[in-house]
Amino acid sequence: MLTLKLASVRAAGRRSSSVAARNVAALGSAYWLVMLGGFLEPVLYLFSIGVGVGELIGDITLPGGEVVGYAVFVAPAMLASSAMSGALSETTFNFFGKMKFMRLYDGMLATPIRPIEIALGELAWAMIRGNIYSAAFLVIMVAMDLTTPLRALAAFPATVLTGFAFGAAGMATATLIRSWQDFDLIGSAQFALFLFSGTFVPATAYPEVVRWVVEVSPLYRAVDLVRGVTTGTVGWVQVVDVVYLVVLMAGCLMVAGRRMNKLLCK
Amino acid sequence: MTHVFEYHLVNYRRTWRSSALSTLLLPLLTMVGFGLGVGGYVDGGIGGVPYLDWMVPGLIASTAVQAAIGESTWPVLSYFEWLKVYFAQAAAPLRVADILGGHLAFMMFRVLLSVTAFLLVAALFGTLHSVWALAVLPISVLAGLAVAAPVTAYSASVSSDSYLAILVRFAVLPMSLFSGVFFPLDSLPPVLRAVAWALPLSHGVDLSRTATLGLDAGWADLGQVLYLLLWCAAGWFLALRRFGRRLVV
Amino acid sequence: MSSLIHARGLIKRFESFTAVDGIDVDVQAGEAFGFLGPNGAGKSSTMRMIGCVSPPTEGELRILGMDPLRDGPAIRARLGVCPQLDNLDVELTVRENLTTYARFFGIPRKVARARADELLDFVQLTERADSKVEPLSGGMKRRLTIARALVNEPDLVLLDEPTTGLDPQARHLVWERLFRLKQQGVTLVLTTHYMDEAEQLCDRLVVMDGGRIVAEGSPRALIEQYSTREVVELRFASEDQGSYADKLAGIADRIEVLPDRVLLYVSDGDDALAEVQRRSLSPASALVRRSSLEDVFLHLTGRTLVD
Repeated sequence: MLTLKLASVRAAGRRSSSVAARNVAALGSAYWLVMLGGFLEPVLYLFSIGVGVGELIGDITLPGGEVVGYAVFVAPAMLASSAMSGALSETTFNFFGKMKFMRLYDGMLATPIRPIEIALGELAWAMIRGNIYSAAFLVIMVAMDLTTPLRALAAFPATVLTGFAFGAAGMATATLIRSWQDFDLIGSAQFALFLFSGTFVPATAYPEVVRWVVEVSPLYRAVDLVRGVTTGTVGWVQVVDVVYLVVLMAGCLMVAGRRMNKLLCK
Repeated sequence: MTHVFEYHLVNYRRTWRSSALSTLLLPLLTMVGFGLGVGGYVDGGIGGVPYLDWMVPGLIASTAVQAAIGESTWPVLSYFEWLKVYFAQAAAPLRVADILGGHLAFMMFRVLLSVTAFLLVAALFGTLHSVWALAVLPISVLAGLAVAAPVTAYSASVSSDSYLAILVRFAVLPMSLFSGVFFPLDSLPPVLRAVAWALPLSHGVDLSRTATLGLDAGWADLGQVLYLLLWCAAGWFLALRRFGRRLVV
Repeated sequence: MSSLIHARGLIKRFESFTAVDGIDVDVQAGEAFGFLGPNGAGKSSTMRMIGCVSPPTEGELRILGMDPLRDGPAIRARLGVCPQLDNLDVELTVRENLTTYARFFGIPRKVARARADELLDFVQLTERADSKVEPLSGGMKRRLTIARALVNEPDLVLLDEPTTGLDPQARHLVWERLFRLKQQGVTLVLTTHYMDEAEQLCDRLVVMDGGRIVAEGSPRALIEQYSTREVVELRFASEDQGSYADKLAGIADRIEVLPDRVLLYVSDGDDALAEVQRRSLSPASALVRRSSLEDVFLHLTGRTLVD
């Protein structure tokens, strides 16, 4: 019985990876430019806000009382937000386009592949891309002396988790989208998260009510986790962050699989 | 030209709701989230001016330029490649200059709309120091056109929207981050500073700042206006040539 | 139980609308089986249920002896599906469309490449192997979709309206390829609203209307059972074709009055036409032809297939 179960899990894994492999085959020749752009974005923000504005601000005090330079404070937030936006762009816009516009998944579902396996395959692909960005950004952080190599190494799995959580969230969202117009809404929501998730100032800088809204928002938990690791101030709160992100990911994956079943297997 | 402008207005009546969100809400969020939040940590402001007050005029100019770019990229490409609106207009008794001018006029209308809204909010926050702040309206249109005209020429020259994504990622984003909106240009290394001054946004930011803070305008400001006019004129001729090549065959 | 498809009382409902209303179907290995009917008859819904991407609302359905709900992936591994609307991958080349699709079945890369070459040759697309999908003509795209449906060497190939939207020349090319498959012993199940297609390709077919099966048999048997040997088509110059029905009484076994013509069902067309002329009913045009499935459908439902 157990071996039977294992075999079916292996088959599901193989089928999911064939979905991801399709995306590799579809890479255009100009793809490296798009990749470079995706990597460049957080770096530009880091230099503009972290270094440029950082010069005006000087040092900043972390919730635990440690005093760090502003760039040290902002860099992990840029890392977490870029993990989020990378995962979201691949899973909302592209996923929706493939499902509705290209009818790609109708073709896939005529093979042994199941909807949840498509979801997992697409997610895996988004993660490969996002993690390359994250790794490169961590290298830059080390080079600029914004964190230590060891902490950067430890921060990598934290960004991977962030990517998975938001990738799953994006996929669940994509199955709920009605038309392209809704992407304006997603974009605005994403930007609001980017601004208010303890990215540029600590959550404690906000009025009490706003602060707690920020505290429960997913990007804040991700920023808190990554920042805790890169600044070497990990505590129990970071355990909460990890649990939060894992639950978010699992819940959203379930929603995505179910909604795809409903949309594609009418 | 007025007929073409009218066409775009009629079109806009159907779609303004969805674009209102991104053109007004996003800069507002930036102002509150960044200006107020980060401003709280900038002791003593910049040159004696509170950080929020210092940043808002830059953000207005940046919003104007963003709106101009939004209107001169995907819409222009789609009017050539997908919706073929320009070709339909060219079949009517319109000159190429009318088609281009009408669309640019509409783009400036959009710029003016979002800048006006932003200016009102900025006034409510008490960040405007002088009635000269009203000068931000023409300044925004000037900076908007200085960007919209050449970008329209660019959009009319490319065949796929991945080139537009490249423009946004590699030119527009760096320009918005390093044109003196968030921090003074003086702190940039000389080479980057020169690049920033060569691009139009930094002049729009500087002129707007002079206006809202009620600083004394001098010959240097006149030079900046002329420089932006130069971008407008060059962009116009480039765009006109591209349009002519594609519409008059 | 040797039938590849076995359905009893199969029903598909969408909210209040019943697309398939209790059909019984058996398809045997090696035969070419057709679902004939107008748009909205329930053919595509039936095909989606057989393809295991749409759970039946009620009734019994076994595909290759398995249960579509429980064994979906195992069944689909042995099916080839050519959907009504091409859903080829426009971001890939023609060959990549076949090789990546083969990977979805877990076919090893090497085998996939060899099979792709074979199939490209079979559907006469070898020269376009490295082209993108977009510039292909409609007929080429359809042939590629058919090749894609064969990439896993399926036991059963499902073709939903395989030639709808193609020009006559492209249609004949597709038919010819499908006929070859049939000769190789591949089991084909297709839907169509074209009579000539059903007559050309199907050994056996069911006529569907409003979600139900209204007749079943080989094309020839259906024509013999529900129509006469020949048909005379008359067009009168008058607006009202119906006003001639009385004057034609007694000439034919059955008369059908359509908005633009009158059909006389007879065993000998020339005899009937002579009688029409004897009664000096001078039609603007007259045509004698053999009965087709179109006539069967008209007889069964009182409506034409293509409107």
